[in-house]
Amino acid sequence: MNDDFELGGATLENRLLLGTGKFSSHRLMEEAIRRSGVQLVTVALRRIDFDSREENVLQFVPPGCILMSNTSGARNAQEAVRIARIARAAGAGNWVKIEVIADHRYLLPDNYETIKATEILAGEGFVVLPYMNPDLMVARQLMTAGAAAVMPLGAPIGTNRGLQTKAMIQILIDEIDIPIIVDAGIGRPSQAAEAMEMGAAAVLVNTAIATAGDPVAMAVAFAFAVKAGRQAFLSGPAATKESAEASSPLTGFLR
Amino acid sequence: MKIVLNGKEEDFLQPLTIWDLLTVKNLEPDRIAVELNMEIIAKTAWTKVALQDEDKVEILSLVGGGRGNE
Amino acid sequence: MDFYDIYEGHKRFDFDDFFSDVTATDVQSALAGEKLTEQNFLALLSPAAEPFLEAMAHKARRLTVQNFGKVVFLFTPLYLSNYCENQCAYCGFNSKNEIMRKKLTKQEMATEAETIAAQDIKHILVLTGESREHTPPAYLNDCLGILNRHFSSISVEVYPLATEEYRALIAAGVDGLTVYQEVYNEKVYAKVHLAGPKRDYLYRLQAPERGCQAGMRTVTIGPLLGLDDWRREVFFAGVHAAYLQNKYWDAEVNLSFPRLRPHRGSFLPFAPVDDRAFVQLLLASRLFLPRAGLTVSTRESADFRDRLLRLGVTKMSAWSSTEVGGRKQGKRGSTQFEIADQRDIAEMKEMLLSSGYQPVFKDWHKV
Repeated sequence: MNDDFELGGATLENRLLLGTGKFSSHRLMEEAIRRSGVQLVTVALRRIDFDSREENVLQFVPPGCILMSNTSGARNAQEAVRIARIARAAGAGNWVKIEVIADHRYLLPDNYETIKATEILAGEGFVVLPYMNPDLMVARQLMTAGAAAVMPLGAPIGTNRGLQTKAMIQILIDEIDIPIIVDAGIGRPSQAAEAMEMGAAAVLVNTAIATAGDPVAMAVAFAFAVKAGRQAFLSGPAATKESAEASSPLTGFLR
Repeated sequence: MKIVLNGKEEDFLQPLTIWDLLTVKNLEPDRIAVELNMEIIAKTAWTKVALQDEDKVEILSLVGGGRGNE
Repeated sequence: MDFYDIYEGHKRFDFDDFFSDVTATDVQSALAGEKLTEQNFLALLSPAAEPFLEAMAHKARRLTVQNFGKVVFLFTPLYLSNYCENQCAYCGFNSKNEIMRKKLTKQEMATEAETIAAQDIKHILVLTGESREHTPPAYLNDCLGILNRHFSSISVEVYPLATEEYRALIAAGVDGLTVYQEVYNEKVYAKVHLAGPKRDYLYRLQAPERGCQAGMRTVTIGPLLGLDDWRREVFFAGVHAAYLQNKYWDAEVNLSFPRLRPHRGSFLPFAPVDDRAFVQLLLASRLFLPRAGLTVSTRESADFRDRLLRLGVTKMSAWSSTEVGGRKQGKRGSTQFEIADQRDIAEMKEMLLSSGYQPVFKDWHKV
């Protein structure tokens, strides 16, 4: 059965998306991508450091893997738009994850600046995936503004605390017609599976893989977990018995 | 000619095009973008656009990363 | 895009095929789900779901109490006029019927309103037949001027209007709209609507949406049970309600299931719905649309309505009279259909309280 994920005109078989930050080496990152079968990675935009010449990280991203630029560093819509445009000029393609963070303590996204940036960039032909703090009204506005998907956080970035915003994410999955991709906070493969069982379209993971003892093995584990969660979601819930009240039956009068 | 390049002041004796600047800095044109005075300059124009005194130039590239890497 | 596009997509669906293929497992799966698909809904409406009524009832009750509390909203219908240009085979106001035609004068309406308001009713449903000659929108707006003094919430159940006309009603104080499609099956619709403006199926089908666009806070829709196979009709009504809910986020969508009752002219329903079927369709609707209001009118007997209380009903009409000027006036218009539950407000209140439910008369107040 074809369960490919259609997003922004591309077809993804793998619903695990990977952030490329925090890896201890580019080689490990490349191996992690290859072994887990990840087909979309996020990359950031930085000033070139003329003094230290690093290897170009993009050489380590397998061909065919979609590059999605990340507007990290932007504190408002204007900066996010600028970063997205520059990233596109630098060869990142049309895909952009909007990340607008003005809060350096918890790194929580600014939902309203994100809506503004989404509208502008969607109008310029970008495939926009906004990172947001789950809120139904905001998600609706992002959808209206032209987002290709919505990316609610599970927990604050880097905390690996799992789906602390589970109830709110479930509401988005139930009510929003575009794909919901859970991003941030997923610390363990079981949490990724949980998100997929709920009906998320995909998950984006960075810290939990990049900083694991064995990032390659962890990436593979996550890939399995995402598949398992998705399969469970597709199979549908098991029948559970509605606990009938011990007292009077409700439809007995119909005899 | 004095320009601000990636936030730092730099002096150049001769006039330069953007392409010349990249050559001087030994940069591969792949996967980089150039912003001149807040405007993105397309790759096709790099050999034609000449830098002038007081210009602000940003040369950026895609790197592995996301937030928390400031 | 409007609802007809969706209806068109569904009408060629092989319902019989689906019903014969549905298994007990499909029904249980639908029962277990948190957010039901249209397929789940249809499974719950199918014959295969009949053995599961009790389980459906318990879940429906739980969902209703969770979303609405143990609360039932009471309202009274007020018929302003039975003048009608349509010839609907099933209705007492059919223009071919030789009945006493009446339209309330302003004075009569004020008296009727006072009588109702004296019983603590704050929410009224205003009805007319279809006659732009006797009861044009301007007449309705005039009436509202008087009714606003007595009631904090006014809904209308009148012939389909244009969006601007709904807007004018809203500006005059209306916050709710009721439009029954009567029957979603186009062929049957043409068969029972013999003459008059009501023959326009599409205009009527699109009316609830025009109401939402105009800004109606509450919109009530539903089929007239008995005109066509209830499983199909309730399915279409449910899908229609879901469509409106998804598109107009701030509208409160309600479903109501009037069941054909005997009346002058003796129209016999083509596909009568028995009590068991009625319960099944009510439960299936509650499970498919946990946040839609479900209304049961006085067409149903007192006994039956009392039982339905625990099965997901959230709105009930009370002290109904389908005679124009039914409550106090001397000369009255003839009835549209017979009322089965004749209890007055005090009796309804008593019944609700003794069943552990709170009767609510007023939901909000316009500022």
